[in-house]
Amino acid sequence: MAGVTRTPTTLTQDSAATEGGIGESTLRPDGTLKVTGEFAYSSDMWHEDMLWGFTLRSPHAHAEINGIDTAEALAQAGVHAVLTYDDLPTATKRYGLEFADTPVLAHGRVRHHGEPVAIVAADHPETARRAAARIRVDYTPLPVVHDEASALAPDAPLVHDDRDDHHAEHVPHPNIVHRQPIVRGDVAAARARADVIVTGEYEIGMQDQAFLGPESGLAVPAEDGGVDLYVATQWLHSDLRQIAPVLGLPEEKVRMTLSGVGGAFGGREDLSMQIHGCLLALRTGKPVKIVYNRFESFFGHVHRHPAKLWYEHGATRDGKLTHMKCRIVLDGGAYASASPAVVGNASSLAVGPYVVDDVDIEAVALYTNNPPCGAMRGFGAVQACFAYESQMDKLAAELGLDAVEFRRLNAMSQGTVMPTGQEVDSPAPVAELLRRVKAMPLPPGKQWESGDAAGTSVDVRALPGGLSNTTHGEGVVRGVGYAVGIKNVGFSEGFDDYSTARVRLSVVGGEPVAVVHTAMAEVGQGGVTVHAQIARTELGVTHVTINPADTQVGSAGSTSASRQTYVTGGAVKHACEAVREQVLELGRAKLGTYHPAWATAELVLEGGKVVTDGGEVLAGIAEVLEDEVVDIELEWRHRPTEAFDLTTGQGRGHVQYSFAAHRAVVEVDTELGLVKVIELACAQDVGKALNPQSVVGQIQGGTTQGLGLAVMEEIVVDPTGKVRNPSFTDYLIPTILDTPTIPVDVLELADPHAPYGLRGMGEAPTLSSTPAVVSAIRAATGLALRRVPVRPEHLTGT
Amino acid sequence: MRVNFRVNGRPHEADDVWEGESLLYVLRERMGLPGSKNACEQGECGSCTVRLDGVPVCACLVAAGQCEGREVVTVEGLADYARDRAAGCAAGACGGTNPDAAQRWRADPGKAAQGAADSPAGEHAGLSTIQQAFIDAGAVQCGFCTPGLLVAADELIERVPQPSDADIREALSGNLCRCTGYEKILDAVRLAAAREESQTAGTGA
Amino acid sequence: MDFLRPASWEEALAAKAEHPTAVPIAGGTDVMVEINFDHRRPAYLLDLNRVAELHAYEVGEENVRLGASVPYTRIIEDLRTELPGLALAGHTVGSPQIRNRGSVGGNLGAASPAGDSHPALLAAGTEIEVASVRGTRFIPVEEFYTGVKRNALEPDELIKTVHIKKASGPQQFSKVGTRNAMVIAVCAFGIALHPETRTVRTGIGSAAPTPLRATAAEEFLDAALAEGGFWESGKTITPSIARQFAELVSGACNPIDDVRGSARYRRHAVGIMARRTLGWTWDEYRSGGRGARSTEGGAQCA
Repeated sequence: MAGVTRTPTTLTQDSAATEGGIGESTLRPDGTLKVTGEFAYSSDMWHEDMLWGFTLRSPHAHAEINGIDTAEALAQAGVHAVLTYDDLPTATKRYGLEFADTPVLAHGRVRHHGEPVAIVAADHPETARRAAARIRVDYTPLPVVHDEASALAPDAPLVHDDRDDHHAEHVPHPNIVHRQPIVRGDVAAARARADVIVTGEYEIGMQDQAFLGPESGLAVPAEDGGVDLYVATQWLHSDLRQIAPVLGLPEEKVRMTLSGVGGAFGGREDLSMQIHGCLLALRTGKPVKIVYNRFESFFGHVHRHPAKLWYEHGATRDGKLTHMKCRIVLDGGAYASASPAVVGNASSLAVGPYVVDDVDIEAVALYTNNPPCGAMRGFGAVQACFAYESQMDKLAAELGLDAVEFRRLNAMSQGTVMPTGQEVDSPAPVAELLRRVKAMPLPPGKQWESGDAAGTSVDVRALPGGLSNTTHGEGVVRGVGYAVGIKNVGFSEGFDDYSTARVRLSVVGGEPVAVVHTAMAEVGQGGVTVHAQIARTELGVTHVTINPADTQVGSAGSTSASRQTYVTGGAVKHACEAVREQVLELGRAKLGTYHPAWATAELVLEGGKVVTDGGEVLAGIAEVLEDEVVDIELEWRHRPTEAFDLTTGQGRGHVQYSFAAHRAVVEVDTELGLVKVIELACAQDVGKALNPQSVVGQIQGGTTQGLGLAVMEEIVVDPTGKVRNPSFTDYLIPTILDTPTIPVDVLELADPHAPYGLRGMGEAPTLSSTPAVVSAIRAATGLALRRVPVRPEHLTGT
Repeated sequence: MRVNFRVNGRPHEADDVWEGESLLYVLRERMGLPGSKNACEQGECGSCTVRLDGVPVCACLVAAGQCEGREVVTVEGLADYARDRAAGCAAGACGGTNPDAAQRWRADPGKAAQGAADSPAGEHAGLSTIQQAFIDAGAVQCGFCTPGLLVAADELIERVPQPSDADIREALSGNLCRCTGYEKILDAVRLAAAREESQTAGTGA
Repeated sequence: MDFLRPASWEEALAAKAEHPTAVPIAGGTDVMVEINFDHRRPAYLLDLNRVAELHAYEVGEENVRLGASVPYTRIIEDLRTELPGLALAGHTVGSPQIRNRGSVGGNLGAASPAGDSHPALLAAGTEIEVASVRGTRFIPVEEFYTGVKRNALEPDELIKTVHIKKASGPQQFSKVGTRNAMVIAVCAFGIALHPETRTVRTGIGSAAPTPLRATAAEEFLDAALAEGGFWESGKTITPSIARQFAELVSGACNPIDDVRGSARYRRHAVGIMARRTLGWTWDEYRSGGRGARSTEGGAQCA
């Protein structure tokens, strides 16, 4: 695109440090660009004569819109367009991840604080902001639905009074997005066998993905009437499917290119500025850039569902679980987003990685006037894990058993039948992960003290409160806690979960060079590193080029659900295998007569050559290819899954499970209620670590997000539906001084059904981290602690 | 208003600057230097950390007008800055012949659009020790926090050549990272400090 | 918006006289946040960076004369002997980047009850030198804070110098935040022993509409210490005196519930900090100022 002066860059790797096949810790192909500041993130896109877009958002959580007057805003110098619902070009005025319930711009009423009402394009961001301030919106506030009681009350206002989605028919109330029961066995009979019964009510606050690169992108109108969109997202083709109909354009006229993504964690599954940017660009005929600031970002994406969970477990005196009953209520906020899938995960994984044959589970997601909630790393499973792991601690205490041994006694394994009736058909080393994490050496005590000649000195940086100098050891008590969790991998419940990869092999400068092209969103996870490793392993080449992800190639599915290495990695492997076959065909045709092994031996590509399984070199790849190009695009899908039955929850809904265990060591200032996590050890089975360094990085990152949820992270929404802390001043995420040492033990037990035996692994560490930290705080304080994040008020009874 | 200051050893002039614009905005949107990242605009994340007359600051909290006549080093100039420091000269004192890396974004739009690769990864002759260490240690994931962390970490090692873990944590406590859990960032700073020391020892300095 | 760039103190005062609504900006750590987040659109920004004397400090016989724009990093590194409480407080401000730009003058100008330097200034004993083209006046720090984010400055006045008593005894500062670094105070407490006058002074932050001294607690402690001969004997302060002091400090608070913490917690935590910091300072006094336990990191800025 002429004139676009900052665009995503093709990545090549041709030095020793970045060479290597699967199983090696090769370095990121985008590493150099990222450390020099040259990597082009979506907010770095720039175009001559571009305009700046700005979004006017609702100050109310629920209100009727009586009218919008844009005249004064439009009259401002430098303003090129002001658009409202009335300006939308086609009959399609809503979009959505699972179903289209979200207005592109509000019409008639707003359903949550921060909902987009109008958009402005101007020649400077300040001009756009000032113009937006001059748009007059006449609101009449409406009563707010803010929790289960107000959502399901007899006279409850309906958040959506025109539902026609596929869940509308089976839900018990229109303010319930989706409900999934799972029943199996005979709970009443099993309950009667229990020697102890433990119940608990647990609560999870609203966590934010808090990716560092706020929503942003550049839309450039094209001469053919279409638009080129550079954006940070998790799934280009899902965006495209939602954008094109609103613009009234065929999908091929909306050309999307992935720009650098500053983290995602689920928060970029839903659209943010995409449609708005395109609408403004098409209206003004000029490129339009939209960059949310941090304040707006808190309103610009969905959050993790806050949840209330009621659990009952029974166990026999010798420590075997008898039954489990639970009810999980997730607050989906004003629009559905991924709520149905969150309900599916929460219900189907509600029992955790334990053998319980008799269960009665119900999970629902509500429509409320709170901020919309959807995907965040580990969704559904994170909420359940905090509850069932809290229950495990409670049960172990009740039975007088060691909490780890109690868990090991009930741990699931390969062959276990899940509450959904699905048999687990690959390794499930839950007991082994617990054993490993417990076997790690404990960190030494009182690390803040260091004796020297002058006496004892104190380093407050190692104490609760840190630099704030609140204790020199007074009131500080140590605690240790454990937790383990289970997460499904990939899209479940019958979704056709596939990826596409295009692989091209040709000779450049005498050397075979592979080009891998997918639409996979690299959001930091290292998929681009792994794709190159797979190509090297399968094609025996050194030089691999990764093309920018765009919609010129088939869908790669979402960078979420721990699925990209599995599914798009699987697609790259599949395409490479097809390329290899074609190379071997060419070889047989051109050179087959020179050596009988061409016809008889098993052939592989290795070190740039065609090699027999006996190690004999038959020809160089370059010799085989000459000036021919092998170029293949293929789809690949994992084994099919099926939907859960809507009344019993039975069904083979998941394709793979992922497991991690944590041990947390914390020190708590019991008088001030301040917590310092000293160490957070993790053991995780990853099937096969395609890139061990990246695997450890994912585990440490996921673990830290779990720590944040345990002790500090929460979007506070008041009963009127207003967000109270939309900033990094008051929504706190862990700093390097809050984050402990995170030793990691990686287990590799192959899943025979997955490419290379790998197991999707990005989310599991986020699950058990939170309950392990809380368990350790309980151990230090003796408090029950039923809610996260744990606040100083909870620890001090204030 | 017009603002003149030196960035990465070269004079820059920005025209038509709105008085409320930050140094960060001017660097990113007016000078073609988008390496410094805008993640919070309230000094809570450190992604926009630059050196202002040698001092690490959040560029989002410096009014552009306050930079008049001053010297700024961004991630784009970090490698040259480190090279000049090793050669024993202060910022900008070794002359203004350093290529302004980020100008490439504008100098050759065709190249980027065609996707030609001009920056191979791996051992990179043009990188500073801390930049290479971040790549090698796996301290980069999404990379959005990386530019600010590099500027802050480079300044730490300049000030404290062999920092303890507690020193590293304190010096980087103003730089949020959401991807890594910081462990590999600590590894990278330790690695850079060790490499700097062995280089210094190797040259007998 | 206009950007005023005075080259000298006189020019700055003239500019402020001419444009009383002008917002002074030095480190920018408060003002720029307000501008970036569209909370404020002043007609004039008054850049104080070129006014050299605001960036200088002088250590006198009795006082440190601290230029309003001296960044916290300088205070932490250069003045921790003379101003130990302020150095500790400064070390809890934001992040290293913020401490490189933020200043006591900025804290005073913003007059947020959560400003980190206020408790230390109150405990040490401080006068604020403010000036306008009309002249100069000195305001005791206790009288400087007039309400939530309001101070005693007249529209045409600027803060020039902060005159802080040099420490003649141990000082401490504690602050509660829900993170180990880069956090706004939920509440904070500063204490300074003044052995030459046999008095103790305190400062409470973020637990009332304005920063304030716990005067009843100070009076109680002064009397109790005098009565028991503690200053002379250097014996350990009894738990009952420490407890009552802490309760009186708690009682001086008038906090609110907000997103950062509950009023009840704030009152509770200030009391804990009062008891602990009294213990630390008294231990240091007893051991002749060397400190029973030396501290690193935040405590002594190692």
